[in-house]
Amino acid sequence: MEQVTFKEFYDFLLEGKLLGLKCLDCGAYTCPPKAVCDNCGSRNLERAELSGRGRIATFTTTYIAPAGYDKEVPYTVAMVELEEGPWIVGRLEIENADEIGQDLIGEEVEIGGKEYPTEMFYPDKKRRVVPVFRLLRTF
Amino acid sequence: MDKRDVAVLGVGQTRFGYHPDKTLVDLFAEAFYEAFSESNIELKDIEALYYGNFVGEMTDGSANLSGFIADEIGLKGIPARRYEAACASSSVAFREAYLAVAHGIYDCVVVGGSERLYNAGTAIGTRALATAVDGLHEMTAGLTFPGVFALAARLYSKKYEVPMDKLHEKMALVSIKNHKYGAINPKAQFYNKFGDLKVEDVLNSKVICSPLTLFDCCPMTDGGSAVILASADFAEDVVDNPVYVLGTGQSGAGGLFRQREDMVRAIPRKKAAEMAFKEANLTPKDIDFVEIHDCFTIAEIIATEAMGFFEYGKGADAVAEGVTWIDGELPVNPDGGLIGKGHPVGATGTSQIYSVVKQLRGEFSYNPVKNAEIGMTDTLGGDFGTLVNVILGIHRRR
Repeated sequence: MEQVTFKEFYDFLLEGKLLGLKCLDCGAYTCPPKAVCDNCGSRNLERAELSGRGRIATFTTTYIAPAGYDKEVPYTVAMVELEEGPWIVGRLEIENADEIGQDLIGEEVEIGGKEYPTEMFYPDKKRRVVPVFRLLRTF
Repeated sequence: MDKRDVAVLGVGQTRFGYHPDKTLVDLFAEAFYEAFSESNIELKDIEALYYGNFVGEMTDGSANLSGFIADEIGLKGIPARRYEAACASSSVAFREAYLAVAHGIYDCVVVGGSERLYNAGTAIGTRALATAVDGLHEMTAGLTFPGVFALAARLYSKKYEVPMDKLHEKMALVSIKNHKYGAINPKAQFYNKFGDLKVEDVLNSKVICSPLTLFDCCPMTDGGSAVILASADFAEDVVDNPVYVLGTGQSGAGGLFRQREDMVRAIPRKKAAEMAFKEANLTPKDIDFVEIHDCFTIAEIIATEAMGFFEYGKGADAVAEGVTWIDGELPVNPDGGLIGKGHPVGATGTSQIYSVVKQLRGEFSYNPVKNAEIGMTDTLGGDFGTLVNVILGIHRRR
């Protein structure tokens, strides 16, 4: 049984690598990693580096921030469906998401990581690594 | 093991809104004593306390509240416990209390909740609410609760091929409806306010998380609610108008990213509702009205579909066609819902029970559902993570 800690996951992400788990029983990928296969519940897992590419499934631009995030608004949060199947939450690097609207859904992106200061209640007390999505074509 | 029938003796709710001068204990006490005063029992009859609260640590610097509350309201020394399941906190507490009475552990208990989010201010309140998303993988991007439902709205638009602007116009009708009913509910945060909104008012209000605007969102609220539950035999001895618990259901899910596109189908809600219908031996057609977790306009639409009232993708049409208004086939949120009445998170679930019980007793004079015999509640905790449904009626379970 293989494990990937959240620290490893975000360390790799800062280097541009997306780490996950591949199930040796059903073949499904789990990302971000967790204790069992997200598809079948098996613990027969191995580490896998994912392609780091996917498509935008949905997004929103946030104008009212929670305490600790106020210096970052407005920012666009997106959910991306990875090539291997899992969905992850991150920030879309774009300034005019609301002008483009629903047409952004389905657009291809490449995933990286960006470091921000941590905040009072975030589980990592040293830093906050945010998954960042870069559009493969410009609008 | 066969379960005993369980009934509600009394219900209480504070005015929802801004309570800078009342603590979490005060708000619970006020609701409790309203419920107690109509229950025709003595304090010594209450054997246990079930308390729902979400973020007392962040808003009031207080945890471990259930024991303090029991002591402060005169229930010295009884077993007391706090339940935390985000917005479903007091609904989970209600279901646990119901199961304990149904299985004969107690004959009579009190369940309820209190919360002070308005008093905490927008920045702390938004951060506190966001503790209900995945603390690591969703919070890192700054995902908030309006954000979660904005993601769901765009996904709904895409999945069911309804253009976002057309969908938003239908979502606006949920806000108009629930504000209309909240404006006539004397216990609502927006009593006498926003009772005559227009679609443009909703669409043109301040954008919070695009496409959601201020009027797509429920407010931050301070408030408390309480319900006294007993075995049906006990209840029939002490009150003339017991309201029976016919069925309950609960289910859950992981973070939004684990649910993927299922988020717009709210699968845990489907499971919880089916569990409640099965226990009650009823179907969605038997329900006369529902108090639904409309934390955001799109949330009400998704909920009505997942609970089995409308097909997936048709909930937005139902509000546009008048089905969910007070004179429609299935009135939804006649008390104003979270949008019109307010959303003191830990108190919300048992305030829905309060409204259903009042409605079934014929005491909901300002917005009555005609000939209502069976009502249902729906409470969502987190980003579709915890779902609780409760069915109540004026007759014992068939």
